[in-house]
Amino acid sequence: MRFAVIVFPGSNCDVDMYHAAKDELGEEAEYVWHDETSLDGFDAVLLPGGFSFGDYLRTGAIARFSPIMNEIVKAAEAGKPVLGVCNGFQVLLEAGLLPGAMRRNESLKFICRPVNLTVKNNETIFTSLYKQDEVIQIPIAHGEGNYYCDDETLAVLKDNKQIVFTYEGTNPNGSIENIAGIINKQGNVLGMMPHPERAVDPLLGGADGLKLFKSIVKQWRESHAVKA
Amino acid sequence: MYKVKVYVTLRESVLDPQGTAVKKSLQSMSYDAVADVRIGKYMELTIDKTDRDVEEVVKEMCERLLSNPVIEDYRYEIEESVVL
Amino acid sequence: MLLKLEPSPEQIKSGKVYQEMGISDEEFKRIEEILGRLPNYTETGLFSVMWSEHCSYKNSKPVLKKFPVTGERVLQGPGEGAGIVDIGDSQAVVFKIESHNHPSAIEPYQGAATGVGGIIRDVFSMGARPIALLNSLRFGELKSARGKYLFEEVVAGIAGYGNCIGIPTVGGEIQFDPCYEGNPLVNAMCVGVIDHKDIKKGQAHGVGNTVMYVGAKTGRDGIHGATFASEELNEQSEEKRPAVQVGDPFMEKLLLEACLEVVQSDALVGIQDMGAAGLTSSSAEMASKAGSGIEMNLDLVPQRETGMNAYEMMLSESQERMLLVVQKGREQEIASLFEKYGLEAVSIGHVTDDKMLRLVHQGEVVAEVPADALAEDAPVYYKPSKIPEYYHAFQAMENEIPAVEDMEQTLINLLKQPTIASKEWVYDQYDYMVRTNTIVAPGSDAALVRIRGTEKALAMTTDCNSRYIYLDPETGGKIAVAEAARNIVCSGAEPLAITDCLNFGNPEKPEIFWQLEKAADGMSAACRMFNAPVISGNVSLYNETNGTAVYPTPVIGMVGLVRDLKHATTQEFKQDGDLIYLLGETKAEFGGSELQKLIHGEIFGKAPSLNLEVEKEYQNQILTAIRAGVVASAHDVSEGGVAVALAESLMGANGLGAEVALEGEAAVTALFSESQSRFILSVKAEHQAEFERLTDAALIGKVTDTSKLTIMVAGTEEIKLEVNQMKEAWKGAIPCLLN
Repeated sequence: MRFAVIVFPGSNCDVDMYHAAKDELGEEAEYVWHDETSLDGFDAVLLPGGFSFGDYLRTGAIARFSPIMNEIVKAAEAGKPVLGVCNGFQVLLEAGLLPGAMRRNESLKFICRPVNLTVKNNETIFTSLYKQDEVIQIPIAHGEGNYYCDDETLAVLKDNKQIVFTYEGTNPNGSIENIAGIINKQGNVLGMMPHPERAVDPLLGGADGLKLFKSIVKQWRESHAVKA
Repeated sequence: MYKVKVYVTLRESVLDPQGTAVKKSLQSMSYDAVADVRIGKYMELTIDKTDRDVEEVVKEMCERLLSNPVIEDYRYEIEESVVL
Repeated sequence: MLLKLEPSPEQIKSGKVYQEMGISDEEFKRIEEILGRLPNYTETGLFSVMWSEHCSYKNSKPVLKKFPVTGERVLQGPGEGAGIVDIGDSQAVVFKIESHNHPSAIEPYQGAATGVGGIIRDVFSMGARPIALLNSLRFGELKSARGKYLFEEVVAGIAGYGNCIGIPTVGGEIQFDPCYEGNPLVNAMCVGVIDHKDIKKGQAHGVGNTVMYVGAKTGRDGIHGATFASEELNEQSEEKRPAVQVGDPFMEKLLLEACLEVVQSDALVGIQDMGAAGLTSSSAEMASKAGSGIEMNLDLVPQRETGMNAYEMMLSESQERMLLVVQKGREQEIASLFEKYGLEAVSIGHVTDDKMLRLVHQGEVVAEVPADALAEDAPVYYKPSKIPEYYHAFQAMENEIPAVEDMEQTLINLLKQPTIASKEWVYDQYDYMVRTNTIVAPGSDAALVRIRGTEKALAMTTDCNSRYIYLDPETGGKIAVAEAARNIVCSGAEPLAITDCLNFGNPEKPEIFWQLEKAADGMSAACRMFNAPVISGNVSLYNETNGTAVYPTPVIGMVGLVRDLKHATTQEFKQDGDLIYLLGETKAEFGGSELQKLIHGEIFGKAPSLNLEVEKEYQNQILTAIRAGVVASAHDVSEGGVAVALAESLMGANGLGAEVALEGEAAVTALFSESQSRFILSVKAEHQAEFERLTDAALIGKVTDTSKLTIMVAGTEEIKLEVNQMKEAWKGAIPCLLN
C-alpha cells in the first residue's frame, strides 16, 4: 500500500507520519509537496500536523488553497482513505471535506500531553481493529482543537455515527460533546486532533495509534483481494 | 486604488474564550460595567481598480479566505483613495 | 536616534555622539587610530555594535580563557555559530545556549520567542538538523502581577516559537528567587545532529565569490539590540522598546528546511545567521575568519520599510535572516533551492582580498572599515576584581541546622516551593514529542532524544543553582557542572561537553567581576574532571535592575551520549519490591538550601562542599551499574535533599510507595540537607549482589505497593505521607501561585 504524506510549508509532523507509515507499518510512503498536482499511484492520503503557512489568519485557512488540495478532494470523492491529524484536521475543515470549525483551546494555551480517547465507532476503515468503546491513549499537541459545529450538524454527526473519537475523562480543549475526531458521511475522510502517529512505538510511551494505521491497511488489502 | 477595511468577528452563538478571558480581567480591574468582550480581526487591504466591482470582489475574498463562515461574521468598509 | 540628518564625523567627535552608542572616549580614540581618520556615523555604528560586550566579549574574554575548550571528540569549539562534538558513526552533535534576558524583560513573549529563533539559527547555520530545544529560566517568586506576567508570557513565547517550527522542547529548568524580579533570565539552548561531511562554517572564502542574503526583509526593528543587551536595565529601559524584535517562526521553518537543502550543495562556501548586530556581525565575522574582505551594495538588501539609511540597515536586528557566501557563477542554483520554499536569495555583494568591509549605498561608499578591526580588535578589559564583604561573612559562619518541628509539613512545604514544584504547567505548553524521538520527556533528570536509525540517544539537561554560586562562586561553579553531569549519568549517558550561558551583573563592579572569575574557575575544574569541555556559549552581563545584580547564574547546558537505548534510565521507581539505595555522604549542609530559604526567608553561610574526585567516582559507579543492566531507576539528590528526591521518585510511579530508613543524628539533616554527590537508586532484588559489587551505595529501603512514603531516621518514624497528598502539593503549587 502506498501512502502520500502531504507537506505544506510549515507542516512539521510530516516526518512522524512518514516514519509511522514506512517504519512501523512497513508500507510505502512518500512526501508530496503542496504545489504538486497529482496523487496518481497513491492509495491513501495523510495530512500531517504542524503550522501550515504559520497558521496565519486561521489554522488551515491558507493551506486549503494549495494546488494539491484539488487532488485530495478527488481522492476523497474516489473513496480513498484520507486522514488529517491536528493541523491536517484543521485543513480538512477549512476545505469543507469535514463539517464544523476549530476554535482556540478553552484554556487559551497550547496543550501537549497524552490523553485518553474512547473509540465511539469501530466500524470505520480507520478503527476496525479497535473494540467498540475501547479506551486508548494518544497524545495531543495543539492550541486550537476546540471543535465546534452547530446543533443541526451535531445531530447529523450523531445520527450517522460520524463521531469516531471522544476525549475520555477531562476534555482538554472544550470541544463540543468531547469530540476528538470525526469522519465524513462516506466514511473515508477522518479528521482528529490527537496524534496517532506519535503513538506507534512503546519506546516513545505507547503504541495505541498503530491499530489505526493497521486498520487502513487491512481494509485496503481486503478490498484489493476481492478485486484481484 | 481602494482602501478596504475588513472586520472579522466570531458569530454571536460561538463562544469566544479569548473575549471571556479579557472580560474577566477587565472586571477584576474593577471595570464592572463591562458586560461583554468579543475579540475579532481587523485587516486593511489596498486593492487596485479593475473591471470587477470592488464590493463583489471584497465579499468573495471574505467568504473564501478572510473569514470562516462556520464560526465567523464579517463586515467591511471601502474607501477610494487617491494615489499620490 | 534615527536621525535623517546624520552628524558629521567632526560632530560625532566634538559632540561625543559615540557615547550614546556605548563607545567610550578611549575606544573612540582607538577607532580613529585604526582608520587613520574620523569614522562617519555609519562606521561609528558598526564599531559600537561589534565592540559591545554582547558581540566582542571585551570584558569577559580573560575569564573565558580559563575554560577547557578542546577534547578528543571536539570537532568545533567556541567561535562559530555553535560547537560540535563527535558521537561516532560519522555523526556529530551540535549545540549552544544563548541568553535573551533584556528583550524578555521588556517584551516577554517576543523576547523569549526570538531568543529561541536565534539559537535555532545558530545550529542550522552549521548545517545541522535541530532535534531538540531546552531552556533555563529565572524569575521572581511569582508574587507580583508583573512577575506572573513575565513568567506566563516567556513560557508562551518559547512555546509559540518552538511548537510552530516543530522542534521539540524537551527539557529545561526554572528557578524562582526575588533577585530575578526585575531582571528575569531567559536562556535558550538548541541541540542538532549532523553528518561530519555536512559541517559548514561562517567563513567568506574565495575572492570574487558572491555574498547572498536570504530570509525576511530588513526593517528598522532591533536597532542596537546588542548594545541594549550590554547595559543595565532601569526605568528608561521600557522606552527602548523598539529594540525588541518580532519573531516569525513560519519564516524560520522555511529558512531551516531550505538551508538544510542548501548545505548539501557544493556551491555553498559559507553561511552565518544574522543574529545580534545583524548584517554587520555576519559580514564582518565571515570575512575576518576567512582572512578576506567583503563589499556589499546596500541598495540590493531586501527592505521592509522605505527610506532606510546605511546605518539602519547595518544595525537592524530583524529576525530570520541568513548571509551566505556562494561560488561565483552558481548563484542561480542556490536561488532556485530557496525558491521552492518561497524564499528569495539575493546577491548583495562579493568577497574581496583587501580585508575590508566596504559598504556602498546609492552609489557612494558609506563605510570602509577593516573587517578584523570590527570582529577581532575590540579592546580587551582586565577588570579589577574584589572579594565582596558578604563572602567573608558567610565563610566565617558555622553550618547551622534549621530548627524544624513538623517534618511532614516541611516536606509538603518544600514540594510547594516553585523551584521544586512540578513544572507540568510549563511543559504542558511545549510540544516535546514532535519528530517522535523523545524517549524521556520533561520531568526526569535529563531528557533523552534517540537518534533515529541508530541504537544511540542523546541526553540533555540545563542546570545551575545560583544560590550556591552567590554564597561561594567557585564551589557553586563546580556544583553547577557536577549537577548537570549527575543528571546526564542518571539517565544512562556519559557527558560529552557543555555549553554555558554566563548571566552576571555589571562587570565594572569589582565584586561582580570576582564572582565571574571564581565561578569560571570552579566550572573549569569540574569540566576537566568530567572530561566535558566548553564547546560554545554566551555571556550576558549587566543583569541588574536599578543597581542590584541578579545572583551569579552561569547556566550549564550539558549533552551526553547514551550508547545503547537499553541504558536509558529515568528517576521513577519501577516496581513493588525493588530495593532503594542512597549513594553518597550526608552532612549538615544548609547554606543556600531550599529549607534555609523556607525557614529564614534568606540564604547565608557556606555553600555545600564538593569533592570532584568523589563525585566522579560515584558517577562512574552509577554509569557502570546502569550499563550492566542492574539499575531500575536513578535520581540525583538536589534541592530539598533526600526526602524531596524520594518523593520525586514516586511522583511518576503509579500506585507505588516507599519505606526507607536513614541513618544520622539529626532528622533534619538526613531528610533535607543539600550535601552534594548523592543519588537515589532503585534496583531489582535479583540484581542486589551485582549492584552492591559495582557501587558503594547503602541499602536504605524498598519500593512498596502502598502509595505511601515512610521515612524513619535513626529508628524514629519522621515521615508518613500519602503519595497523592504530596503529588497534589507538588503539582498544584505553580498553578496555585498564578491564580
